[in-house]
Amino acid sequence: MSRYVIGRIGQAVIVLWAAFTASFILLQALPGDAILIKFLNPELGLGPEQIAEIRASYGADIPLWAQYLHTVSNFLSGDFGYSVQAGVPVGDLLLASLPSTLWLATLGFLLALVVAISLSVASALLPLSWLRSSIQSLPSLFVATPVFWLGILLIQIFSFQLKLVPVISPGPWEGFVLPVLTLAIPISAPLAQVLMRNIDNVMTEPFVAVARAKGASRSWVLWKHVAKNALLPTMTIGGILFGELLAGAVVTEAVFGLNGIGGLTQRSVGHQDIAVLQALVVFSAAAFVLINLVVDLLYPVFDPRLRSREGAVA
Amino acid sequence: MSTATAPHPASAANADLPVLEINNLAVSYRSNNDFQRVVHNVSLQVRPGEIVALVGESGSGKTTTAQAVIGLLAENGRLESGAIRLNGTDIAGWSEKRLDTIRGSKISLIPQDPTGSLNPVKTIGTQVAEVFQIHRRGTRAEIEAGVIDLLARVGLSQPELRARQYPHELSGGMRQRVLIAIAVAMRPALIIADEPTSALDVTVQQRILDLIDGLREEYGTAVLLVTHDLGVAADRADHLVVLKGGRVQEQGPTAEILASPRSDYTRKLLADAPSLAKAQRVKRAGPRPAPEGGHAIVVEDLVQDFPLDRGRRGAFRAVDGISFKVARGTTHAVVGESGSGKTTTARSVVGFQKPTSGRILVDGVDVTTLRGEALRQFRRTIQLVYQNPFASLDPLQTIYQIIEEPLLNFDPLPREERARKIHAILDRVRLPQSVLTRRPRTLSGGQRQRVALARALVLEPQVLVLDEAVSALDVTVQAQILGLLDELQQALGLTYLFISHDLAVVRQISDTVSVLYNGRQVDSGTVEDVFLRPGSPYTRELIGAIAGQRNLPMMNTSNHFVGTGQ
Repeated sequence: MSRYVIGRIGQAVIVLWAAFTASFILLQALPGDAILIKFLNPELGLGPEQIAEIRASYGADIPLWAQYLHTVSNFLSGDFGYSVQAGVPVGDLLLASLPSTLWLATLGFLLALVVAISLSVASALLPLSWLRSSIQSLPSLFVATPVFWLGILLIQIFSFQLKLVPVISPGPWEGFVLPVLTLAIPISAPLAQVLMRNIDNVMTEPFVAVARAKGASRSWVLWKHVAKNALLPTMTIGGILFGELLAGAVVTEAVFGLNGIGGLTQRSVGHQDIAVLQALVVFSAAAFVLINLVVDLLYPVFDPRLRSREGAVA
Repeated sequence: MSTATAPHPASAANADLPVLEINNLAVSYRSNNDFQRVVHNVSLQVRPGEIVALVGESGSGKTTTAQAVIGLLAENGRLESGAIRLNGTDIAGWSEKRLDTIRGSKISLIPQDPTGSLNPVKTIGTQVAEVFQIHRRGTRAEIEAGVIDLLARVGLSQPELRARQYPHELSGGMRQRVLIAIAVAMRPALIIADEPTSALDVTVQQRILDLIDGLREEYGTAVLLVTHDLGVAADRADHLVVLKGGRVQEQGPTAEILASPRSDYTRKLLADAPSLAKAQRVKRAGPRPAPEGGHAIVVEDLVQDFPLDRGRRGAFRAVDGISFKVARGTTHAVVGESGSGKTTTARSVVGFQKPTSGRILVDGVDVTTLRGEALRQFRRTIQLVYQNPFASLDPLQTIYQIIEEPLLNFDPLPREERARKIHAILDRVRLPQSVLTRRPRTLSGGQRQRVALARALVLEPQVLVLDEAVSALDVTVQAQILGLLDELQQALGLTYLFISHDLAVVRQISDTVSVLYNGRQVDSGTVEDVFLRPGSPYTRELIGAIAGQRNLPMMNTSNHFVGTGQ
């Protein structure tokens, strides 16, 4: 087992390095750079020599391979460089954006999970077939809903019409209600679709017929036999969705004016703030890698067939 | 733990009241808002302690009838009419909720496939205990003790350990014992056994049937045995009900039906069932031609190891020193149960894997030394036909494309020449030209296996390796394919390597045979020698396990029936 864990961690390190290198090359290949955007402004009245001096102070004039090695060793020691635009360490920017994104992502994901599970259970247990099929069509509707439109719609209804949540300077928790809802609805759709499909598949397994033949009711079968088997394949897609949320919900944060990873990404792209973008890419890659690692390590906990490989041979 | 009233063995007094009485049952399935009737006016009775076998081929409605009895029809199934009386009470119109109270306690089910029928993420003990929990029988401790009791009762060693294990840690036979334990746990009046042994090896099959029989005698439970295997039905059932196309063809006491079948269909079924017929050959024009061209296949001291855990824990020897020779134009059978190494042997002969040691000559060429292009060209001489005609044909290709593909892989022939070959081979396997534009999905199992044969034969190979090629087919279809194989062999001078677990089929089609057990060759020689004078205890057990010997009546005078030689 420990061999397996070590192997997986090794793979994770390689993925991180590859993401770092690829983004480094791509970001360097971009035309223009943050220093020119900031200091070539005619109002500053800087001459070419002064700009060259500034470039040298940021280390932009040394050869690429040296910059690469330099950046790698800095990243390894936890130094993500300086933001050209904001003039503060990138690490500080990330730390400032992280809490809001973490809360948004976690709450949004949990709500999406609740919505997806409720829809799937309803579609499996409701007695009327037209009700079941209308519930089964909801996820397609959810996934087709544009996030910016949904966000604006929710603000219209809950803030302006019902006046339940203030738009201007909401409390620390009130401010999360609408963004979490906005995020959860589209995220719940793929989860619900996968879950419903899995439940349908597991329902046709012979062991379900055996459980029914024991006298188990539909809901007994769903909770005691189908649920765990259907959740297993859903974990992978759930991990990917959560990773996407951590990497930043750009549109949602923009609509609700939240200062998270998504907003930071948006501003840094606008200013071609390469140091920040580099750190953001590595952060997102790390989030994905970590979540996938957790999901992979959880599988054997839930599925006894994956615990030992001894049985497979005999 | 006493979970039910004391069982009575079938006595004259209550034998009058059937446990199960089905009257004029009709069942339909909905497809596109259209109800199609698949069971028509089926009536039958099962008395206490009796085994009644529902016999038929796929599509005969036997499983649908059984599912209707326990109220587990597929979602699109509908009970059209008829009565299902359990101990005199008609349960046909009962709600799911009401049926839940008798399922598991009064009627129970032994399913077909022991692999899929246990929940992979729950322990054996939990799954056996569940039936008591659903019906609220006993305290926790009582249930736990009851589970261990039951597991021991169905012949599982170390029941305490088994209860903690997961299904994947048990063999197929052990899993079926667990499912039987679940079925008998509440001492039901009726057990529905739906093909309970079809997925098991013959020797295991025998033990499982003995177990069901023993429990039935002990508990006085009646059994409705659903089976496609007339041999199993003949051995085990008191009564036979023969179904075809959803209609009862005939029913009555087993011995009577076997001795003098009234319907043509039953007669055909009896003649086609390999285990009952004991035919030497399906159709044999005369004795085998003496082998002229030497040997088409020579296998010498074949050994095949598979590394365990990438070689860290040594190797598993799948095949251990097997040798046989197959004369040109004859059929050699490799027989064994799952894990015996028979499929590994077949794969080595076709050149899909390199043996660890040993020599394989096919048509004089040493297969083990072939590589790359030479190996690819070698596949023209030898072709493989797989067990499952449903999975071995690409569902997206038309039959024409399927048969054409091997031709495209070798010498580029002009389009007309290819078409000519395809039409000719289709005639050979007795398929109408109209199937060429269709896709595998629209063909029956037998037709698909003919397509698979056509695909193998279109390259005009010398040798066909048939890996369980008729095992997935109904007996009448099986008999037709075996007949076709014989005909093709005579016409084209083919050599067959016939891989099978079914000794009865092997006896019909082969000239020589090797019996494998745990990778070792325990018997070999001509079919007559091996069957009449089996050299190893294992072969004797295999022969003894062929179903359909108990009730075999000495009534049939048709010329291809021969004595069993016991």
